Amino acid sequence: MSRTLRIGSGAAWWGDRIEPARLNAERGELDYLCFETMAEATVSAAQVRARRDPAFPGYDTYLDDRMRAVLPACMARGTRIVSNQGWINPDGAAARIVALLRELGFSGVKVASVNGSLITDRVLSLTDRILENGQPTATLAPTLISAEAYLGAAPIAEALAAGARIVVTGRVADPSIFMAPMLHEFGWDPLDHARLGAGNGIGHLLECGAQVTGGYFPDPGFKDVPEPWNLAFPIAEVQPDGSAVITKVAGSGGAVTLQTVKEQLLYEVHDPANYLTPDVVVDFTTVRLEQAGPDRVRVSGIGGKPRTPTLKVSIGCTEGFIGEDMFFYAGPGALRRAQLAKRILEERFRIVGLQAEDVRIDFLGLNAIHGAATPPDAPEPYEVAVRVAARTRTREEAIKVGREVDGMAVSGIAHTGKRVPHQDRTREVIGVWSSLVPREQVPATIRYWES
Amino acid sequence: MKVKLQHVAHARSGDKGDTSNIAVFAYTPALYPLLVEQLTAERFKAHYRGAIKGEVIRYPVEAIHAINFVCHGALGGGVSRSLCLDNYGKALSAAILGFEVEVPGGLVKELKNFTEA
Repeated sequence: MSRTLRIGSGAAWWGDRIEPARLNAERGELDYLCFETMAEATVSAAQVRARRDPAFPGYDTYLDDRMRAVLPACMARGTRIVSNQGWINPDGAAARIVALLRELGFSGVKVASVNGSLITDRVLSLTDRILENGQPTATLAPTLISAEAYLGAAPIAEALAAGARIVVTGRVADPSIFMAPMLHEFGWDPLDHARLGAGNGIGHLLECGAQVTGGYFPDPGFKDVPEPWNLAFPIAEVQPDGSAVITKVAGSGGAVTLQTVKEQLLYEVHDPANYLTPDVVVDFTTVRLEQAGPDRVRVSGIGGKPRTPTLKVSIGCTEGFIGEDMFFYAGPGALRRAQLAKRILEERFRIVGLQAEDVRIDFLGLNAIHGAATPPDAPEPYEVAVRVAARTRTREEAIKVGREVDGMAVSGIAHTGKRVPHQDRTREVIGVWSSLVPREQVPATIRYWES
Repeated sequence: MKVKLQHVAHARSGDKGDTSNIAVFAYTPALYPLLVEQLTAERFKAHYRGAIKGEVIRYPVEAIHAINFVCHGALGGGVSRSLCLDNYGKALSAAILGFEVEVPGGLVKELKNFTEA
């Protein structure tokens, strides 16, 4: 392929908006629409839910909503779809997409599911050390829920080459979802690290959706964008050399500027000269950015280095529970009442023998977000919420947090505002650890389906 | 004169496990050397007053007039186990906007949304 390849974003996370995906499908003139719907703990959370709820199909809970929004326009235009909505059940997601295609009247559409990232049963023998703390991964055996390797773009490109119009995967590195169409359409060699570095850099700019088109960006008076309630998801017009223009559908809100692109370029990046992905090591330090027109930023010069021999593995483990709640003070003296309330809770936790690994009692409005980084001369707020959280081994201990906040209703202090406690105030903690696995130990498998 | 960083640069934070990366972007190329000279890793960490428990590593990226600060031990033990309401630390980047930068008179015209008192 020698012409420009148009790749659009359909989601940056599970809870993302649906309508910008529809906008890109209907008006983005896309060759590919790509969805990223997983966070670090998504797979483990899905495993926990699947154990409890046998009816949970194990793929993106918004699969139907997202596909119904985009399938008509994508099928009409010939836009192909790449998505990691398969979570722990890519086959189930593919089967559901086939059913939706038939329901919408599209027959003969080839769908592929990419499996192989789940290595829960093998992870302890395939991996050595936990990256975060250097301990052997074997120490995680008693609490292990799930482990998945981050696959690269190659199996997706293989499915596209086999004629799949829709490819649905489990865990794949986020930029690889967006780079796979480049690999396939431009016929890049998977070991051509210069081109893959450039392409993966573009994938990185797309993977967080609206964060490059004006989302997570506006700050009144400093960084204003038009209609921040009407953001579009990004589109990359990619050239065969891996350079691209980042843009969005005309008439939408937000902006694509040097500022929005710079901010996203370093998002979740550690060493900008060595951004590790399954496909290539990306070097952002050689990037050239140019405002090529309104809401058009040309990105070139992103470099690449040979990929590493290993893939990253995320290992999810049960780590107990968090109990949390909050209650409120306002008016003159709000903070002094909140401070006494904190003291009361600390004493109550001692009296009821709360067994916690960590307890945090903050004043929302003063220091609950920045914690220790709050300046000592921060002004006293007119309203303040006392927010309390504890991490415990058992749910029984976590429940004590909410029960002691309940006590503040009639046994607390003057002017205490409080919610009626009908929401669940405990949640299970899934700790996520990382390790490395030799890439040849994690082969992908592809299944094909047809509507 | 002393000027808050918010007039000199914008910032964004991202998460990976217990590590937050906080990137700081000069509003204009002329302001970038002020960041390089004054916003050292040590001063950056000190500004967070103990909220960053581990090492801060600084990566200047001249091509985009930015500095990336990789802050270990900044997310309460990790996104999934953190007791902080903002467990991804997406608001964490705002704190550095209060860092005070010494700006020479010749560069005041480069500052964003700034009026001299």
